[in-house]
Order: sequence, then structure tokens, then C-alpha cells
Amino acid sequence: MSVDTAASLPQPSGRASGQGPERRAISLFRGDIVRRAMIDSLRKLDPRVQIRNPVMFVVEIGAAITTVTWFIQLFGGRALGGRDPAWYTFVISVWLWLTVVFANMAEAFAEGRGRAQADTLRTMRQETLARLRDGTTRPASDLSRGDVVVVEAGELIPGDGTVIEGIASVDESAITGESAPVIRESGGDRSAVTGGTRVLSDRIVVEITQEPGQSFLDRMIGLVEGAARRKTPNEIALNILLAGLTLIFMIVVATVRPFGLFAHTSISETTLISLLVALIPTTIGALLSAIGIAGMDRLVRRNVLALSGRAVEASGDVDVLLLDKTGTITIGNRLASEFVPMAGVSETELAEVAQLSSLADETPEGRSIVVLAKKYGIREHDMTALHATFVPFSAQTRMSGVDIDGRQLRKGAGDAVIAFAESEGGTVPAQLREVLDRIAREGGTPLAVARDSEILGVIHLKDTIKEGMRQRFEQLRQMGIRTIMITGDNRLTAAKIAEEAGVDDFLAEATPEAKLALIREQQAQGRMVAMTGDGTNDAPALAQADVGVAMNTGTQAAREAGNMVDLDSNPTKLIEIVEVGKQLLITRGALTTFSIANDVAKYFAILPAIFVSTWATTAHSHPAQGPLHVLNLMSLGSPRSAVISAIVFNAVVIPLLIPISLRGVAYRAVGASALLRRNLLIYGLGGLVAPFIGIKLIDLVVHNLLGA
Amino acid sequence: MTFTGWLTIFGFAVILTALAMPLGSYMAAVYSGRRTFADRVLGVPERFLYRVLRVDPTQGQDWKAYGRSVILFSLAGWLLLYLILRTQTLWSFTGLNPQGFHSAPWDVTFNTTSSYVTNTNWQYYGGETTMSYFSQMAGLTVQNFVSAATGIAVAVALIRGIVGRSGRSLGNFWQDLVRTVLYVLLPISVVFSLVLISQGTIQTLSTYVTAHGLTGLSQVIALGPVASQEAIKLLGTNGGGFFNVNSAHPFENPTGFTNLVEMLLVLVIPAALVFTYGRMTGSRRQGYAIYTTMMLMFLGAAIVAYVAEAHGSPAQHAAGLHTGVIAGSSGGNMEGKDQRFGIAGSALFDVVTTVTSCGAVNSALESFTGIGGAVPFANLSASEVIFGGVGTGLYSILLYVLLAVFIGGLMVGRTPEYLGKKIEAREIKLTALGILVTPLAALFCTAMAVASSAGRQSISAVAAGGPQAFSETFYAYLSQANNNGSAFAGYTGFVQPVAGNVGSHGITFADLLGGLDMLFARFAPILFALAVAGSLAGKRVSPAGLGTMRTDNPTFVVLLIGVIVLVGALTFFPALLLGPIVQGLTGRLY
Repeated sequence: MSVDTAASLPQPSGRASGQGPERRAISLFRGDIVRRAMIDSLRKLDPRVQIRNPVMFVVEIGAAITTVTWFIQLFGGRALGGRDPAWYTFVISVWLWLTVVFANMAEAFAEGRGRAQADTLRTMRQETLARLRDGTTRPASDLSRGDVVVVEAGELIPGDGTVIEGIASVDESAITGESAPVIRESGGDRSAVTGGTRVLSDRIVVEITQEPGQSFLDRMIGLVEGAARRKTPNEIALNILLAGLTLIFMIVVATVRPFGLFAHTSISETTLISLLVALIPTTIGALLSAIGIAGMDRLVRRNVLALSGRAVEASGDVDVLLLDKTGTITIGNRLASEFVPMAGVSETELAEVAQLSSLADETPEGRSIVVLAKKYGIREHDMTALHATFVPFSAQTRMSGVDIDGRQLRKGAGDAVIAFAESEGGTVPAQLREVLDRIAREGGTPLAVARDSEILGVIHLKDTIKEGMRQRFEQLRQMGIRTIMITGDNRLTAAKIAEEAGVDDFLAEATPEAKLALIREQQAQGRMVAMTGDGTNDAPALAQADVGVAMNTGTQAAREAGNMVDLDSNPTKLIEIVEVGKQLLITRGALTTFSIANDVAKYFAILPAIFVSTWATTAHSHPAQGPLHVLNLMSLGSPRSAVISAIVFNAVVIPLLIPISLRGVAYRAVGASALLRRNLLIYGLGGLVAPFIGIKLIDLVVHNLLGA
Repeated sequence: MTFTGWLTIFGFAVILTALAMPLGSYMAAVYSGRRTFADRVLGVPERFLYRVLRVDPTQGQDWKAYGRSVILFSLAGWLLLYLILRTQTLWSFTGLNPQGFHSAPWDVTFNTTSSYVTNTNWQYYGGETTMSYFSQMAGLTVQNFVSAATGIAVAVALIRGIVGRSGRSLGNFWQDLVRTVLYVLLPISVVFSLVLISQGTIQTLSTYVTAHGLTGLSQVIALGPVASQEAIKLLGTNGGGFFNVNSAHPFENPTGFTNLVEMLLVLVIPAALVFTYGRMTGSRRQGYAIYTTMMLMFLGAAIVAYVAEAHGSPAQHAAGLHTGVIAGSSGGNMEGKDQRFGIAGSALFDVVTTVTSCGAVNSALESFTGIGGAVPFANLSASEVIFGGVGTGLYSILLYVLLAVFIGGLMVGRTPEYLGKKIEAREIKLTALGILVTPLAALFCTAMAVASSAGRQSISAVAAGGPQAFSETFYAYLSQANNNGSAFAGYTGFVQPVAGNVGSHGITFADLLGGLDMLFARFAPILFALAVAGSLAGKRVSPAGLGTMRTDNPTFVVLLIGVIVLVGALTFFPALLLGPIVQGLTGRLY
């Protein structure tokens, strides 16, 4: 993130520091998560759970059949096992069960990590007694919409609501991870409070806006646990495709048997089931739900709470980003950018006076003047060493400055300084008006500087674009996303800042209605729109946008209108959200490609094993080798070892890919074509080649060391 | 391999492209309702037909109505054709049954009727020993026109669905049907019938003649109205020969020049439709990308087939025969090929006819070398999307395009969209089903046929049980499922002791299974394609940006080829292994 430079300056909204502390990724291999995941992956073997995942359900049925076959063989039956030895059936059935278990484990790990986070959250949901305004008390869990409660310093806020009376500092670290307290007050845009946070000072009256069990915290827990997870549209579509592939491979495998018999080759059920399991897309089928849960988890770690999985997916599709100028594109305050001296005054002289007048001025504007003056080689002065007296800003004078050695140095609004100079008996330089007007026209704020009766020049304060924003927008353009800056400034100013920041477009003199109209217009053109907002008047636009990210500092109305809440209240977070959304889809696509490409190698392992003796003319070698044995490209040790190796590879690739499915495939803002080429190469070509190597290595172990 | 051989293949590709581009834009005009030069002449019969059919061409149909029209029209055509074929003797009064042929048995007729209505033209019968001139002209040729037009209409409807900006209309089936026949098929057929006649293709209604040879043996020479049926046989990718040996017969395909013309006729509409697609979507590059995909796969197949045939068979090499080119010999494997076409002319024809759903042949596919013979298998395994049949090729590859878009689209991190329209659960479901139907039908029918004793009856006794028998069976159902119609001879559904069907009987199992195979694999994908069109028609279009996956660049062409090859290979690998591959790997003859 690039806004750290700005973070040294106080932000207007109290605590919207550029970047909240990223919630740390909870390690995959924390003991309790692993233990729980192991237990869960066995519990999920329940067919009623498996049936939700057609691919893995087929594997489970296959595992059950081979297990039964093994039992029959143990007791001397040969009905299903054909000429297979019992140990072969046993090994295959074990690995088929393991395939299902690994798939369950992927999901369990993803859920486990979310659950660990949820547990942390749950500890905050202590049962508190809410004090209603009428003096009665009631358990917090019974509060419903419209109840009005009183919360005093040291107490937990019993539920989500809006402050209707009073002002208080609130510790929200429990949900945001940010330890600095925030101000919550009635009216305005900082009136929303969250249940489970603690009031540190003062007393507020809160009107509850949630129904029991529907609090922010409840929803957050549900989401990270995956309990509230519903399949997203793309996930459903992908599931259908996987089911379709499973169907076709079932037919393919079912026909292999009569085809084989026609060629006088009998194939056992165990081997056929192995072929089926190897072909159906088990890899992506096993990891699909883990990928979804992990996507949600990645957002939570970035302190973003998505209220639906659909919104996360939609964020990958965003075409247009609406960004507020202030606080997002520019840092909140205007900073000195230029000294404009009057005729006969040198820039250095103006800079020196401006600096002296600002020495005691602790406002960001004042400090920026000192910083700018440094560029003119003016050293910093020490107020006390100068025996200077600070003249603070007042609403009457609208100026501030210092008195040094009997001289009065002042800076302030143009007309105030003119009045001051005239009262001291000075004259107003002819060009002053012109300079003041020019700066105002450009959207800047002019501050005149006077030394006693003499007006020396003007300080140009202007909006400063946050560092790195240009690159960010360039990146977004590469991703195919247009940025539109929203500002209340006039067109001229807006155009200038827009150009400087490198946004694609801007909406000047924006009103909430204009914002809403802009979103509708973009959507009518078929674009997906994302925006951030915090005020109540943002709520309609947030609701209209396809991805509306409400700032946690915002009002309850805004938080309910959006489909995501950013706990850090960092408007640039949208960019990260888009990346997470894209990553989610890319991970699914890449692993699907990988899974299907793997099939080629599995064919080359299993089919030569099945048909090694088909149409054999000589019986010298054992087993007799027919013409098809040349397809054993990997020269796998024996037919049984080949089948086992393919199945083992098919199973172990699942846990091997768990990390990548939880972390997500890297997203690069390089444009769709380059991205597609890259992923096709890695997951398509890689998916073709990797199993050849993997199966061969497994075969070396299975055949040579274990003698299969 | 000769320079002339390579020139034939690459020159053919160039001429094809040069012809297909203008035809493609003409057809785009025809289906967009824009005026063309032909309007003045053809407008009158067109309006007349609408009045007779009681059709209001301005009345748009949604996918269900369109699909209903397709099914109804095909059903009516099926009943009519079945009736004509089963009552062959009744029509003798027309004078169009000079040989006095009886009808073929009901089961063979079921197969034949299904075959012509589905644009397959799979033939268990031999034309000159089974069909009267009346059946050929009024029955089979009519279906050659309208079954081709039906395929094209469905493709156009799918294009309209993809392009559609509002509403659910896919156009009007009856209008598309009439315009296809009048504006596209008829004019080209007439012109090229005349071209063929000029080269020696016959066109007569007289009785067969008997020729007395020098040795005193006599021979019946079959005649017929061949030229008028020949042009549409190829142009409509029908492929049903007037004679049993199809385009190898000198009366059907007399010279090397007609051979070239015939190949062009087969591919010109499937190729042109791709350009039509580019025009109608408003982005010609979309058409070029699909054309490139098809052309690359086509050339790949042609090169493999040519090299394999020119190289000769392992058996020839084992016998120490010279297979190189020497004066007076084309070299290579000439078994089952005609001297007037040569190696390249036969190999290319073979590829042309199996990448499309034509199925006409000018040489014996089962006499090709192992690898050369694996090419038609591979082409059929790709589900007729390498140009494919008229219309069917385009709508089939568009389903593959949607599949590729879905997988590729995910990999660029957006909800997959094609030409601005999102590909969601419903489209994926329909697309997957539309793609899976043909392979499923082929595998299922083959399994039924090889597993049952009824199915094995169709295999000629010599080959029974070996890989060749498997190849023949598999090819038969693969060809029928793909509505192709070409055959690895040896698999039959008709036992005919003498010409004229007296005492003949069908092999009911093969006739019915094959007929159902064709009907199912023709109409199920049509309905799925139309449903996809209906689903896409009303979708909002989002503008393309840098983040959108392009579908008109080389990367997409690679992805599309990958998807087509992978789906085909994964589905058919086990079956191919036991048929052509095992034969290609052994010196033994089965």
C-alpha cells in the first residue's frame, strides 16, 4: 500500500488511517486446526454430506464397491474381483477412501481456519445485560430493532445500532483489529456502533438496528465459518460442468468393459472404478468449496466483511470503480505547493516569512508550509530562540502568525490579510487580486502573507494526490477497470486533479443524486460498478452499485446498503477486493484446467495396463505383451503398479494443491490475454506434463520398493 | 509425396478461402434480411412459398417455437420419405422406376429415412440396386436440400441468439428454410450440376444398359439422373451416393477436375458460414479466429493422411515393395484408390468428407494405411466441428467456443463472457449437454453392438472378432452419430441377394440402432443449441475491456483447439485404442 506517507498526517475522519493492520493468516498447521480438520474429514464421509459434491460422491461409491469386493475376496469369493489378488483390491480401495478423505480435508482446513477466526470473534459476544433508556434491563441477545439502550464508559455496546444521543470514544479493536479508539457521535456520518465493541469514555444512547441473532458479529462469524456460505453463480456453473464431465466419463468407462470383452480382455471392477476415478475431475471437485471458503477468508484477513459470496465474485467482474476524491485519491488536507511573491519581493523572502508565520501552526496546512519553505533553503527556526509570540488563528481575524522583534507576520484568507494590511496603513499590490483569483479558479486555496503593512505574496495550498495512486490507476487500467473520481469541486478543479491523478474520468460537483445517476448509466451500458461510501446520503448509490463497500466508520444506513464493509475504512481497499475476487475465479479456472489436463497421463498409465495383453501373439513374457504395450510411455513397472500409481497420484495431488487453493493463484494486473497465456502454460501444459512425472515416481516406489 | 500433391492440398485451402469469403458475406446479407442481387429473381417464388406455407416471415420465433418448427418439419419430411421409399413400386406409373425395383424392407427403410432426414446419408443399401429414379429424385434429393437447409437455419438462429440485443426472437424458421433453399442451395446446385455434366457426369432417365465385353461376358451399366443429385449431395454435406461406390464412380466424379470441384462444394458452405458469423456478429475477427481454428485442424488432418498414404503401408514395406514415386506410378498406398485422383486427391477427399458431415467418398477408407485410416476416426471424434456439416459445424463449434470461453474466462478472473454476454449456469448446462450427446450416442451404440450377438450379425464373417471388426462397428455408429455417413465397409444392415430387393432382408438390430443413433444425435444437439441461443438472446451485453478475455486472437485459437482435441481424445481414446490404433501397431492383418 502506498498511502503510508500520508499516514503521518492526521486524517479528517478520526481514524481512517491508510492501512489497518492486516489480520494475520492463521497458520494451516496449528495443532487444533489440524486435529479438528482430521476429525471433520472423516465425519464428512457421510453420504448425505458427499452427495452435495457429485464428483466426490462418485468416488465414495467407488470406494465402497471396491471395499465390498475386497471383503468378498477375503472370504474366498471371486464374483467381482476377477483375477485380481485381494491385496490389489485392498490397496485401491484404501486410496479411493483416502481420495475422499483428502477432499474433505481440504474443505475442513479452509473451514477450520475460518472457525479459528470465528472463535476469536465469539469470545467477544459475551452475554451482557442491556440497559434500556426506560431503566429496565434485558439480555443483549433479546434486543430487537427499535430498542433504545444506554451505554456508559467501560460497558460493551449490546448490539448494532445508531447513536442518537451523545458522543463517546469506542474501542472497536475486537472487530477491526485497530487498537486506537474511535469517536462515535449522534448525527452525521459517524453514528454507527457495532455490538461487542466497548465504550471507553462518556455516555451514549443507542437505537438498536438489528434483529436478535442478526448482528454484525453474528453474520461475520457465520461467514468466516462457512456456515452461511451459499454457492456463488460461477461456482454453480462450474459444478454443472464438472458433473457433466463426470457423466461422460461414467459412460466412457462403462463402455470400456464391452469393448474389452470384444477384444477378449476382461477388466475387473476394481480397475474400471480406478479408471473412472482417475478420469473424473476429482482434483477440482475436491478443492472447489475450499477455494470459495478461502476467498472469503482472504477478504476477512484484509479486514473486509463481505455480506455474500456473490458480492466477492462480482468484485472480480467490476468494470468501473467510483472513488471519492477526498481521502481516497487526494490526502484529506490541502498542502502548500507554491509561493507566489508580489512584485519586488523575492520568493525566498516570501518563503522565509511564510515559514516564520507558520512555525507554531500545528495544522497540516501550517506544517506543509514549513516543509515547502525548506526547499528554498530556509532552515527551521526555533520559536523560543526567536523570542517570538504565536498569534493563533481565530474566527474573527481569520489569520494566524507570529510577532517577532515587534514585527507582525501574518498569513490568512486573502480578504482578511488585505484588511489587516490596510489597517496597518499599507497598500494592496495590484496583482494580488489576480493571483488570488487564479489560485481559486484552479481549485486551490490561496493564503496571503503579510509583514506588517506590506503584503509579500500568496501561498498556494492545493490538493495533493496520494503517492502511488497514478501507478495504482495504471494497474487498474491494465486489469480492464476504469476509475471515475467523484468530487464536489467544480469541473475545472476536478479536471485538473483527475488529470494529475491519472483517473479515466471524473464526476464534478457531485451530489448523491448525480452519483446514483452515474451508476445507473454505467450499468445500463452493461458495466459492473463498484464504489465505496460512508455517509447516509451514499446509501442509495451503495445499494445500486454491484459492489458497494461501506466504511465501518460510516452510518448504519450505509453499512446496510452496501454488500461489503471495510473495517479499516480505507477507500483504496476496493482495489484489493477486486483482486481477491479475480483470484477466486482464476484459482477455480486454473485448477479445473489442471484437473482435466491430468487425464491424458492417467489414460497413458491405466489403458496400457488394462490392454497390455490384448491381441498378444506370443506368450513368452509375463504378462503376455500385445501391440498396445508400447503405449506404456512411462514404462511403468507392472499393470497393477500402473493403476495403483495413477490412483495414488490422483489422491495425493489434492493435499498438495490445498495450499494453492487456500492462498489463491497469483493475480497479476497484466491484461486478460497475457494472463490467459500464462495460466494456460502453467496449469494447462503443466497439467499435461506433471502427472507423467508424478505417476512415474510413484510407480518407482510402488513397483520397485513394494514389489507391486 | 509430390509437389503436385502438396499443391493440391494447399492450393485447395487457398481457393476454398477465396470462395468462402464472398459467399459468407452474401449469406450474411440473406439472413440479415438485407437486399441482395438475387432478390429481384427469387423474391417472387419466395413470397409465393410463404403464401402456400401460410407463413408470416416477419413473425419472430423464440427458441421453443423455432425448435418446434424444426422438429415438426423434420417429422413430416420423415413420414413422407418413408412412405415414398416403402411404396416404390406404386410410383412406377411415372416411368421413373425403369428397373422395376421393389421397396427395401421396413427396417432398412427406417434407417435410410432417418439417415436422409438427419443429413447423414448413411447407406446400408446400394443406390443402383435398390432405389428407383423416383425415390432418388422425389425422395432422397428433396431431403438433401431441406435437411441441409434445416442445419443452416439452426446455425443462423444460434448466431442471432448470440448477437441478439433484445427480446427472445431467433428469427423465423420457415423464412430461414425457404431463403436457404432458394438463395443459397438451389442456384449453386444448378450451376454445378451443369459443370459436372460438362465433365461427363451423366443425367438421364433411361433404363440401365447392358454392355457386351470382348470376352463375351456382359455387364449391366447403371444409369440415372446423377448430376442433379450429385451437386446437392456435396453442397449440402449429405454424401449419399447415387451409386454404391459414391464419388469413386466415374459417372458421379469423372475427372480430377470434378474431384477438386466436388471437394470445394463440400466445404464451401461450412467455411462460408464462419465468415457469415463474423459479419453477423459485427466483428469479422471472431469469424477469422474460428476459421483459423478449423483450417489448422483441417490442414493437420490432410497432411497426416497424405503423408501416411504416400508413405505406403507397413505390409508394403515388409514385402519389399517400392513405394516411392517413379515415372508412371504415384507410389504409396494405392489400394482402394482411383488412378484419376491419385494419392493426394484421395487423401484430401477423405479428409474433406470426414471433417464435414458429408461422408461421400472417392476411395475405400478401410483400405487406407493404419495411420491414414485413423485420420477419419480422429475427424469424427472431434464431433464434426472442423468445418463440419452445413450449419451443424458452426453451431457445434460455437458450443465448444462457449466451453472454452468458460474455462478460459475463469482463468482471467472474470465471470466468463462471450461477445459481452455472460456464460452462466444455464448456458453451461445446455452447452455441456449439447457437446456430450454425440459422443455418448456413438459410445453407447457401439457398446450395444459389440456386446450383443444381434449386433455381431452385421460384421462380415471374415473379420468377425478382430480389431478390424471392432473398427468397422465403431466407425459405423460414430459415423451415424456424427451424421456423417461414410463407412469402413464390412458392417451392414441389409442382406440383398439380388438387385431389386426381391428376397432381401434387413438386419433389424443394426438398422434400428443406427437409425435411432442418427435421429438422437441430430435433434438433441439442435434443441440444445437452440436453447443456448434462446438463453443468450435476451442477455445484457457488457462492453469489452482489457480485462475481458479476447476470443479473436491466437491464444484463444490455441485454447479452442486444446478443448476440442481434449474432449475428443478423452472420450474416444479407449475405443480408438482397440480399433485403429491397435491395427496401426501391428503387422498382422485382421
